Amino acid sequence: MKKTAKSNLAIKLVSLVSTFAIIQLLIYLDIINDYLQATLATICINIILAVSLNLITGFTGQFSLGHAGFMSIGAYTCALITLRNPTIPGFILGVLSGAVAAALVGAIVGLPTLRLRGDYLAIATLGMSEIIRIVFLNLDEITNGAAGLQDIPQFTNWMWLFIYTTGTVLIISNFIKSSHGRACISIREDEIAAEAMGISSTKYKVTAFTIGAFFAGIAGALYASTFNFIDPKIFGFSKSIDVLVIVVLGGLGSISGSIIAAVLLGIITTYLQAFANIQMILYSVLLIIIMIFRPQGLMGSKEISLSVFSKLGDSLKSKKGRV
Amino acid sequence: MEQLLQQAINGISLGSIYALIALGYTMVYGIIKLINFAHSDVYMLGAYFGYVCMTSFKLDFLPSLLISMILCTLTGVIVEKVAYKPLRNATRIAVLITAIGVSLFIEYVTMAIAGANVRSYPPQKGLFAQSVNLGNINITMQQIIIVSITIILMVLLQFIVKKTRIGKAMRAVSIDSDAAELMGINVNTTISFTFALGSALAGAAGIMVGIYYNSINPLMGMLPGLKAFVAAVFGGIGIIPGAMIGGYFIGIVEVLVSGYSNSMYRDGVVFAILILVLILKPAGLLGKNTREKV
Repeated sequence: MKKTAKSNLAIKLVSLVSTFAIIQLLIYLDIINDYLQATLATICINIILAVSLNLITGFTGQFSLGHAGFMSIGAYTCALITLRNPTIPGFILGVLSGAVAAALVGAIVGLPTLRLRGDYLAIATLGMSEIIRIVFLNLDEITNGAAGLQDIPQFTNWMWLFIYTTGTVLIISNFIKSSHGRACISIREDEIAAEAMGISSTKYKVTAFTIGAFFAGIAGALYASTFNFIDPKIFGFSKSIDVLVIVVLGGLGSISGSIIAAVLLGIITTYLQAFANIQMILYSVLLIIIMIFRPQGLMGSKEISLSVFSKLGDSLKSKKGRV
Repeated sequence: MEQLLQQAINGISLGSIYALIALGYTMVYGIIKLINFAHSDVYMLGAYFGYVCMTSFKLDFLPSLLISMILCTLTGVIVEKVAYKPLRNATRIAVLITAIGVSLFIEYVTMAIAGANVRSYPPQKGLFAQSVNLGNINITMQQIIIVSITIILMVLLQFIVKKTRIGKAMRAVSIDSDAAELMGINVNTTISFTFALGSALAGAAGIMVGIYYNSINPLMGMLPGLKAFVAAVFGGIGIIPGAMIGGYFIGIVEVLVSGYSNSMYRDGVVFAILILVLILKPAGLLGKNTREKV
């Protein structure tokens, strides 16, 4: 048993390093040009956003429509810090303090609102993120109001994006496998039963919400550093919806689903750029069709893991044996 | 004092529009527990249908209002039949995403047909251009017409919901759709009828916004839609009088905030009120607290 765990870890490491190396090579050979690099960055940021929202909505079952609010806190914090201190340590400090600021706001907002259930929570989080956006819009001296912050120093490259994305996925998937994660899942399944089993539902809901906000802050910081420009309009209601769409499309409660959906949507939107005027129409039709024919999302609540491949191998072997 | 009264009158006109949109949200939520994001786009379509009637066909306000309401009713029913009906038994979040998809679809199809630019309604003539002065308070004829049409529509709605057979069916389905079906009520027809009613009211709101603010664009539904939903939650979602009270309250608060302080904060105040209401009285102003049973 221990041996398989070790070999699994080795396979995971090898596949991670080779993914990193292959894409780095493609960037070096200029096969992935500047335009595609922007797509790559968008995909990575969307993976971080979707996986962290999946922890809140998919695993803990708390319907949040305010992810863009946390993202904007991370983005503004990181932008303000790197504008004053445009160095690599400044960038790392910016991302971390953006994440911590978002997590703090998440905890403060979460404590009173997470008592609400279902759609009421969704509306409260939506209102909260709109308030954050309006505050940024009106803090003229600090955030430059509606005009936004320009010329934010660009530090992100494929290496940073890769580190933060894999870091997010690893931390959140390990959290879900821990006893805390199982407590969160039990709240999703039945809150009253979970309470009866001695799980403090408020504590775990706020924990999940805070962790989700933390990583949304990281995503926002990376966004600011990648695209050099932020304004309050970017972090509106439709950004939260975009993230929710990725999560539901991939499957609530499936981290690999979120990753697959983020990559797929990133590629689809890049190719739809060619049909700019009907891009959004095609996107919306696709959304409706997928939801009508596969309402549980692409992956449902299943995960792609190494055991799937080994099972596939086993079934192939047994088929061969029969022949 | 005069300024306050003037602001209150402006607030009541704006509130009428929010109330009309909120009614559609609250009825649909009451019957199938769906936040119908496409509702705000039906309202936008209402404004565009009215615009076409008034500019291309040179119709007067009342016929345009009726045509726009009928076309919006059709849109609402088609959306329900095509997009929501196949998902009757799916999870609520799947239906919600579908609603978002429908909303984007309507917005961008309108944008592809009518263009993304802002259009302005033809200038109003005759009765509509007049206004009444009471001392220093100025009430435009448009405001009077908006408020009176809203009141007529609300009375009509109350009559349909409380006194007719289909209204009784609507109330029954919203309390327990399985039991209603067992009693021989056609649930699908009832749901379609609810969408039809809500969409007609949204269409009326759309054309009235057109004559009141004079400018329309394909994304005009987003923010009023959100605020109307806030109004519905404020009054207690699923409760028809609650949506009316909520709509007027939000409208008046918004006008007062932009009249007496920074107008940039008016949306923030609306959402702050929403969060306070949700925390203090989660079921809304008129809602009853239901205890969750195991």
